[in-house]
Amino acid sequence: MSAGSGGGSAGSGNGRSGNGHQVMLRLKLRIWRQAGPDEPGGFLDVDAEGIPADCSFLEMLDIVNERLITDDIEPITFAHDCREGICGTCGVMINGRPHGPEKATATCQLHMRKFRDGDEITIEPFRAASFPVVKDLMVDRRAFDRIIESGGFISAPTGTAPDANEIPVPKDVADFAMDAAACIGCGACVAACPNSAAQLFTAAKLGHLNVLPQGQPERWRRAEAMVETMESFFGSCTNHGECTEACPKEISLDFIAVLNRDYLKAKVKNRRLASQT
Amino acid sequence: MTLTLDARIPEGSIAEKWDNHKFSVKLVNPANKRRFKILVVGTGLAGASAAASLAELGYAVEAFTFHDSPRRAHSIAAQGGINAAKNYRNDGDSVHRLFYDTVKGGDYRSREANVYRLAQVSLNIIDQCAAQGVPFAREYGGLLANRSFGGAQVSRTFYARGQTGQQLLLGAYQAMAAQIAAGGVTLHNRADVLDIVVKDGEACGIVTRDLLTGEVRAHSGHAVVLATGGYGNVYYLSTNAMNCNVTAAWRAHRRGAAFANPCYTQIHPTCIPASDEFQSKLTLMSESLRNDGRIWVPRNMDDTRRASDIGNADRYYFLEEKYPAFGNLVPRDVASRNAKTVVDQGLGVGPLRNGVYLDFADVIARDGESVVREKYGNLFDMYERITGENPYRSPMRIYPATHYTMGGLWVDYNLMTNVAGLYALGECNFSDHGANRLGASALMQGLADGYFVLPYTIGDYLAPKLASAPVPVDDPVFAAAVAEVDDRTRGWLAVRGTRSVDYYHRELGKIVWEYCGMARNRTGLEKALTEIPALREEFRANVKVLGSAGTTNQALEQVNRVDDFMEMAELKVRDALHREESCGGHFREEHQTPEGEALRDDENFAYVGAWNWQGPDRPQELIKEPLEFEYVKLTQRSYK
Repeated sequence: MSAGSGGGSAGSGNGRSGNGHQVMLRLKLRIWRQAGPDEPGGFLDVDAEGIPADCSFLEMLDIVNERLITDDIEPITFAHDCREGICGTCGVMINGRPHGPEKATATCQLHMRKFRDGDEITIEPFRAASFPVVKDLMVDRRAFDRIIESGGFISAPTGTAPDANEIPVPKDVADFAMDAAACIGCGACVAACPNSAAQLFTAAKLGHLNVLPQGQPERWRRAEAMVETMESFFGSCTNHGECTEACPKEISLDFIAVLNRDYLKAKVKNRRLASQT
Repeated sequence: MTLTLDARIPEGSIAEKWDNHKFSVKLVNPANKRRFKILVVGTGLAGASAAASLAELGYAVEAFTFHDSPRRAHSIAAQGGINAAKNYRNDGDSVHRLFYDTVKGGDYRSREANVYRLAQVSLNIIDQCAAQGVPFAREYGGLLANRSFGGAQVSRTFYARGQTGQQLLLGAYQAMAAQIAAGGVTLHNRADVLDIVVKDGEACGIVTRDLLTGEVRAHSGHAVVLATGGYGNVYYLSTNAMNCNVTAAWRAHRRGAAFANPCYTQIHPTCIPASDEFQSKLTLMSESLRNDGRIWVPRNMDDTRRASDIGNADRYYFLEEKYPAFGNLVPRDVASRNAKTVVDQGLGVGPLRNGVYLDFADVIARDGESVVREKYGNLFDMYERITGENPYRSPMRIYPATHYTMGGLWVDYNLMTNVAGLYALGECNFSDHGANRLGASALMQGLADGYFVLPYTIGDYLAPKLASAPVPVDDPVFAAAVAEVDDRTRGWLAVRGTRSVDYYHRELGKIVWEYCGMARNRTGLEKALTEIPALREEFRANVKVLGSAGTTNQALEQVNRVDDFMEMAELKVRDALHREESCGGHFREEHQTPEGEALRDDENFAYVGAWNWQGPDRPQELIKEPLEFEYVKLTQRSYK
């Protein structure tokens, strides 16, 4: 399989040939089709001609779908929404990699100029037991919401807040929290992990909330609850680091260290607290 | 029967109205709140903040989103920031100044009382979000940072890198998640709201279609809250997410809720132009780029040289030449219209000749590449990712795109539509931005409505209903609504036409953009009024939707939405045609000053144009809510 990566991309690098005309690609696509969660799936081979090098990966799928509709074949289902890399709705395996070959790039922001004419591209849904396939390339990631509901918040009922500047947050702490909070919840970390672990997703939220002064009162309860909810859905982390490689927002593995530290401390502290009551 | 619209503006001076009102609204006893069920549709900033706050008060909330998770709502894509009149910078900001700027920015087509309240609660929003752990930008001393945004003379914008919308939405989503865990909110995800149910003049529920199983279901409650966003996707190409739609608001309109000012649309000047006919959306880049970039096109339309090879004499810096005082920093609408003018003259650049240059060569020469990278690095990277062109070496190409819609469902001071028990929050109502929205004010309004307005005002409607149960879902009014949705949905599968849903959406977008986009005139609008119904008729007779209704079917989701856009587009054009003036985002070419500025007609058009549904075969009736200005002096802007 010739996974097109950065080098040797189409045309002059901007999807245009020397005279400014759009470069057109012909691609051999193998696309996963599956009618429903409990149906068997299989690959559909599509010979996709005339794909403009300047279009995005999802627009390439739009073009394929238009042609399927013309041929009375039901279009391919795939999740997508903002198409600017922030909502976290999209995400497919492209030649075995979540979101494809470009680093720090969600599927919607991957452009076809990163592929070469004649490339064979295999497109599959994110594969993880806790992300069951809904249809074709779309999966169900609701397990992530369960993790957040178990503790991924700071309890501050509306109206109770003091003036915003009453709680100073050192700039480096705020920046650290923001680095973690940048997670878009796409699930690429789980799809990339050989164990289908959700450590990076969970750690991103813990890393955001547990370092802030506002997050301290619930810190230990949050750490224990989120980690244990995570473990009820997902596999265990064995430090492969594939998650951070696949992450479109490049969330750092350092946050997993924060998660491990806080979880361990939480187990001790929460037990002590429980014995006092 | 002609509808009358009562805005229910409280008595008192502008600074006292909200306090007076909070005292006069009826309260629901804390122990009784759980007896009221409130349906919240949409889980973006407005919906999620409302759902969380209402549940914290004790109401039984059911929240609905068509997304897989509430965190996907399009509020997440807002980049710039959120305004609040904190005056942390000691630079002369105040509630009154934010109020004044917002009314003026809206070109005097918004309600003074609503805007004043917005400015008041802006203070609480920042407190609330900081307490939730929203990682706002900080100074080294640990206090909150601010910046000046969108031409404001004070620094009142709070931000979280270029992802302010994301962080505020996650804050509201997490507050709602806590309430889901506590049992106060029941979340229905992948639930597409396809109708609003009204009985005896009161909203009593909604009809949803499960996007995974196709099941059509009725939900009943004491009140229905719509927080479903704007109608920007009527243009097909916009900066909105692909699934943003007008359906819930439009179905409410068809059930009797007046739709106000649909012609007001904000066009953002700095977006990346379309690269081909398959373009699915347009990406916005922060307009802060205009602080250092110079906008130009070649003077000669046959000039095929590379940008860097074109000498100064052959470059047309059209904004700098026309507006020497403001230059490239003229307001969004002025910058947008001038870009359109030069592209229409054939001076556009790029392979499709559909953009203008935004050139950083001068600032790079002056300050060095590293300074520019420091300021705009992430935006330059984003541009290169999308276009494959390096903006440090050659100028960016930009063109305006639809970004935000100021019009929406008409609401009174309580945010209730003219249908009792039906509320509209955030972008889906019309109330606070007039004819044009200031930068960093959308996030403010969404959160104001959800955290701090609705939780106070909804009790006024609910309190007298304490003894009454919601209309049961087996009531004939629900059965009829469910049958209608079922028939409509299945009907699309029976058309078996020849063209896709997207084809018709694109065609609709072309008409609306051409005739009711950045600049409008009578001839074009009248042409649109013949073309839209013709397209709609063809669409209904010839659209091709494959698959079945009993499973995930994205084309079937989309076809209902496009059908509603087809009707909405016609009303939008009629509204633009009737408003014989230019104001904010509505520019009628017939009404401009000799310098080409928007020319308002305050004598005849200082009103909210609200349209009342008269049935599918008759045009909507126009109801006018007069706007009175007691605290802000009406002036004509000038950027010369």
